[in-house]
Amino acid sequence: MGDPVTFIAQWLENLLLGWGLSPQWVTILMTIIGVAAIAIFVLLVDILLVWVERKVVARFQDRLGPNRLGPFGLIQPIADVIKLLIKEDITPIGADRIVYNLPPIIALATVLMLWAVIPLAPTIVGTDLDVGVLYVVALGALGTLGIIMAGWASNNKYALIGAFRTVAQMVSYEVPMVIAVMVPVLLAGTMGINSIVFAQSPVWYVVVAPVAALILFISAIAELGRAPFDLAEAESEIVAGFHIEYTGMKFGMFYAGELLHALTISGLVASLFLGGWRGPGAEAYPILGVVYFFMKAFFLYWAIMWIKYSLPRIRIDHMLNFNWKFLTPLALIVLIVTAILDKLFAGFPEWLYVVGMLLANLVIIWLTVQILRNRAKVERKRVAEPGPIAAPQNPSVSSTSS
Amino acid sequence: MSGLQIIFILVAALTLGAGLLAVTVRNLVHAALWLILALFGVAIFFVLLNAGFLAVAQVVVYIGAIAILMIFAIMLTQQVASYKGTQLNANWIWSAFIAVVVFAGLAWILSSWSGFSTLPPEMSARADPLRQLGSALVSPTAYVIPFEVASVLLLAALIGAIIIAWDRK
Repeated sequence: MGDPVTFIAQWLENLLLGWGLSPQWVTILMTIIGVAAIAIFVLLVDILLVWVERKVVARFQDRLGPNRLGPFGLIQPIADVIKLLIKEDITPIGADRIVYNLPPIIALATVLMLWAVIPLAPTIVGTDLDVGVLYVVALGALGTLGIIMAGWASNNKYALIGAFRTVAQMVSYEVPMVIAVMVPVLLAGTMGINSIVFAQSPVWYVVVAPVAALILFISAIAELGRAPFDLAEAESEIVAGFHIEYTGMKFGMFYAGELLHALTISGLVASLFLGGWRGPGAEAYPILGVVYFFMKAFFLYWAIMWIKYSLPRIRIDHMLNFNWKFLTPLALIVLIVTAILDKLFAGFPEWLYVVGMLLANLVIIWLTVQILRNRAKVERKRVAEPGPIAAPQNPSVSSTSS
Repeated sequence: MSGLQIIFILVAALTLGAGLLAVTVRNLVHAALWLILALFGVAIFFVLLNAGFLAVAQVVVYIGAIAILMIFAIMLTQQVASYKGTQLNANWIWSAFIAVVVFAGLAWILSSWSGFSTLPPEMSARADPLRQLGSALVSPTAYVIPFEVASVLLLAALIGAIIIAWDRK
């Protein structure tokens, strides 16, 4: 009784077999039904996310948020959707028609495809792909492609600048993200996401590898393009970046894709580091696992929003420096240390392994903070020094001053 | 004809058509996008051959890195969409000749290959090709030397990039 989804699936399969369909066709039909069910469920959650987003940002900014339509303004997102649907659909002059119309579909489809590998419960999982983690990275690359196409085909310089910024950001932050994802893969000995969740049996990986979890979370926010990494949209600099020319539901699909991507990535981080569907009684009653999974995913989603509405936008050179000079080396060190300790502690009892890993991570954090503190001291001294006084351009003076 | 064969023919037609368009289309951005479709078709072939890891690696490496960098470079080139000149240069006859010779040679070699008529062996459900691939890459009896040579090459490229970008005071 604790697993209604599998129960319904089995009942439907038997029903179809009872109608005399061949097993092959039943498998194909069941796959199509499963895909449709997950996609519809996720898109319905997406509509709710619009409300969550608006309500939470309102509370962060000391406002009430939507509160007129229905209880707590819950019907507001439906009104939003209707508004987007009846808006005029404009294609700018000089836009590349096909390349212009594809990106909204890619933006939403790549996010929906991620739900194929995210386990909602021990038994409720689209497919436990044995390269699940890499599959996620590959879909991220396709999403980047959609943004580039949107920026180029819009025939608008701001859109193109937004696309350029996106490429710089996505290609850079993919590196620490992939390295950080390698840590749970290494600890679990598999790339399948459901298998990684199963492997987190005594403790979640956030206890064993907190630094990797943090790196993954930060670079995931950058991949999402959310503040403080929202340079690709930067409404105060380049108006709205790559989706400047999109109107109506095409814009709506970008917007829905962005919100859903945030929840999807939260679910992914929750699966890799927070134990996914794990919780008391989740093995016996898989439906409880779905509840735990969404509790963790929404907690991380809330944390992403918290960061988004609290921090100002990062400057582009700081964004790249932060990635290449801080996150990437740190991720590499964490990966190497984890790999070595994993082999060293292999024969030790469970609690010693966990404590050892945690201590190693704490040492890494302490060293990082020390290095950053020294670095900040040097930087402060450099900034505090009186700058060179501007002198008139004179060949003889400039040669001596340099 | 089985369902798998129908899918194979469709994907093969898609891949070849996209590849052809990638070299004939006038707009360079469109050419890059067709190239991406062709690369994606190759990824589908890997999936059809039960090589999930290679399929995903194909998408990550070719579409996620190489194709995006190509599009980036094309976009930075000025007036690329409105180029009206000829698509061929004076040496086209020689390159066509070499292409035909290479194609004929490959076709002749492959015509005597036995692989066309053999069916793929059934994979058992317990088989773990990913793990086998991983251990083969670091096993001294298999591919450890090519693997390490490739690693050294990439490391050299990394160091080279750092040296070029180094800000000497």
